[in-house]
Amino acid sequence: MSLDIIVCVKRVPDTETRVRFSDGARMIDSEGVKYIVSPYDEFALEAAFRTTEAGGEGKVTVITLGGEESLETLRVALAAGADAAVLLRVRGSVTMDGLATAKTLAAELKTREEPLVLFGVKAGDDDQQQVGPMVATLLGRPCASSVTSFEVHEGTVRCEREVEGGTEVVELDLPAVVTLTKGAFELRYASLKGIMAAKRKPLEVKDADLPEARLTVERLDYPPERAEGRIVGEGVEAVPELVRLLRDEANVL
Amino acid sequence: MGDVLAIAEQKDGKIRSVANEVVTVAAAVAEGLGGSAHALVLGGDGVGEHAGELGTFGAEVVRVGEEAALESHVPEIHAAVIAEVVASHDYTAVLFAATAVGKDLAPRVAALVDAPLASDVTHLEVNGGRLVGIRPIYGGKLMARIGFETSPAVVSLRPNAFGADGSPASGRVEPFTPAIPDEVRTRVVDFRSAEAGAVDVSEATVIVSGGRGMRGAENWGLLEDLRNALGPGTALGASRAVVDAGWRPHSEQVGQTGKTVAPRLYFAVGISGAVQHLAGMRTSQTIVAINKDPDAPIFSVADYGIVGDVFEVLPRLTSEIAALRAEG
Repeated sequence: MSLDIIVCVKRVPDTETRVRFSDGARMIDSEGVKYIVSPYDEFALEAAFRTTEAGGEGKVTVITLGGEESLETLRVALAAGADAAVLLRVRGSVTMDGLATAKTLAAELKTREEPLVLFGVKAGDDDQQQVGPMVATLLGRPCASSVTSFEVHEGTVRCEREVEGGTEVVELDLPAVVTLTKGAFELRYASLKGIMAAKRKPLEVKDADLPEARLTVERLDYPPERAEGRIVGEGVEAVPELVRLLRDEANVL
Repeated sequence: MGDVLAIAEQKDGKIRSVANEVVTVAAAVAEGLGGSAHALVLGGDGVGEHAGELGTFGAEVVRVGEEAALESHVPEIHAAVIAEVVASHDYTAVLFAATAVGKDLAPRVAALVDAPLASDVTHLEVNGGRLVGIRPIYGGKLMARIGFETSPAVVSLRPNAFGADGSPASGRVEPFTPAIPDEVRTRVVDFRSAEAGAVDVSEATVIVSGGRGMRGAENWGLLEDLRNALGPGTALGASRAVVDAGWRPHSEQVGQTGKTVAPRLYFAVGISGAVQHLAGMRTSQTIVAINKDPDAPIFSVADYGIVGDVFEVLPRLTSEIAALRAEG
């Protein structure tokens, strides 16, 4: 069965990038930072492509919220296979207050017809894990989070979720929201053909309002340095000393 | 004002130990705010039986909603009932555990009560009458100190990052009749259990993780032996390379695109320590690394390291720890 799908993506610093900030800053220095599509959003993109391919038709539209720099993120998604893209252009920056982000996204989604909206389970920068279920709640739609794979049936989507102690299978009535974690969907590489074709795909820029953040970063810090560790020794001879240290010094045995 | 609500998670009708930690934090924060801590327990028949015991950890009031519809975890229903409780009282903060269930419910509740949410917080305190928290961002590469501009604030707490602190006391149990939404569009149709009795890696107090240095799925018995020697509460973990190779399931993956953990004791066996892995385990209390490469990045975060062949070191470590535990 075919259907149109929306994938919401976020532009985040590459995981390998060293993040820095100036003293007193509440945001990182973006200079020299390489930005990517958030890794979990890649799972959502691939899931959307496979679903529309299996159905034979259906369009994948990718949406992001941010400044002009996020156009690059949308182009990556178009090159990988999305059919259309929308930038919800906001003044100022997207903050850690996921509910503000969710409200802006929900306002756009309310005007659209796509029965399935996909998100990555969380963004690779803030790690808040909240925007997907918030959008679903604001729209009054069912939502399954941390989904590793799903199948669309007539009027429903059947999802496998990774939960403590096992795998849960849930069925949601469409329209629905699903957030993806790592599972069956590794994003394909964009082909040269895809990259060329992306230039002709519709990319819409719409101005949007982002509500003021009610959760504010007061200060950034580097994590406390771990106390200097030590090499207890080499090979099997070091084991008794390790066990002694774990018992008497670290008090963890 | 100043009251704090702790959402006490239950499983199969029993209050989970992670709830004790959430109630402990709620009590500490409520004291700082000049209010009191309440706990909320939802579930099927009989779930309230031991609810009063949350008083041990500082809950003055334990609100209990017993209802057949709450027995299985349908998030739409649970979120609606929690939101109703939150709205019924002037809470300054609502605390969840950042477990799979908590991370799924907290954003829904936050959206229903129109409150901001800080997830996976590792520190929470009252400073100058205000609630402030610390949460790791960028995969733990930075820590953000955050302030809440409105009340209530919704917060989920990283399991094991705080600890539970009990003293003999009993909470006043207040049963209520939850209003169950009529129209529910989510149905739980199946549950497939992981290995019986296995502890989930995100909640374990001790984790034994294996990496590529284990050379193949067939060698995992060595890690299982160490896990068994370490006793209950110990879980197996894995690096991304191991999961990508299909040696272990994704549910055991620690690190970015896997689980974030903060156990009391973390063994990294044959794990080099890529930045994606460190993101998921660097807040562990004590880290032990065993690796044949003395330059492996894992040694830079390890408290104790052994440079050596994991196939020689592991059996000896297992027998030494088993002997120690047998001594009691």
